[in-house]
Amino acid sequence: MPVRIETSGEVVTAYLSGELDHHAARGIREAIDAAVDRDMPTLLILDFGEVTFMDSSGIGLVMGRYRKLQQTGAELHVANTPPHIYKVMKLAGLEKLAKLEKGGERHETRQ
Amino acid sequence: MKPVNECKMTLLSRSANEGFARVAVASFIAQLDPTIEEISDIKTAVSEAVTNCIVHAYRETVGKIYITVSIYDQRKIRIVIRDTGCGIADVRQAMEPLFTTAGGERAGLGFAVMESFMDKLQVRSKLGKGTTVILQKQLSLRAGGHA
Repeated sequence: MPVRIETSGEVVTAYLSGELDHHAARGIREAIDAAVDRDMPTLLILDFGEVTFMDSSGIGLVMGRYRKLQQTGAELHVANTPPHIYKVMKLAGLEKLAKLEKGGERHETRQ
Repeated sequence: MKPVNECKMTLLSRSANEGFARVAVASFIAQLDPTIEEISDIKTAVSEAVTNCIVHAYRETVGKIYITVSIYDQRKIRIVIRDTGCGIADVRQAMEPLFTTAGGERAGLGFAVMESFMDKLQVRSKLGKGTTVILQKQLSLRAGGHA
């Protein structure tokens, strides 16, 4: 599963796409963590707009990044979540850790 | 009860097979013309069960995962996912949301997702022998179904 990462000022945005399962999660995690370590953002946005499938491995990915960001006090937003993925996130109670935005709601930092 | 149709497959516990397993199950069930939400729920539940076999049952080893998909009368489906891996010491504890033995990157929600996205979840396990997960779902009864 590909991930495209853009840094703009203190904001790192990771655009995820394709299928997010256990098989894909490791590569995505490594790419995001490398960008976070390099750019030290105050806000990390995980954009799920192009994700076609996600199981609880995606929840693990979000929770893991939340824990990582806690070390520096940075904020985590989850953006553009398609309905079937929102359903998995809601089950996990992710709204307690990160600001969740459903698909269609555009984040202000997006072009 | 005898199934109307049935499909069996055996996979190695390679993580590349997670995607194959859920798509194969979804393809077989497609003959019932399920809704997009039903297909999505089933794919997610199968992905969780197969990932458990890979991450937990066989861990650093490679073993076989046996999947049987059965279609019954009145659009009932049953998916059995079985491994011969390490087994679960305490099934009730393993099924508690957020419980995991796999560390920080696993959410501990596999069984919670299976339970919530399917109608019925049964887990049988024996230490050193393996685990069997049985998922059942009643597809919506709507015109155009074949079974």
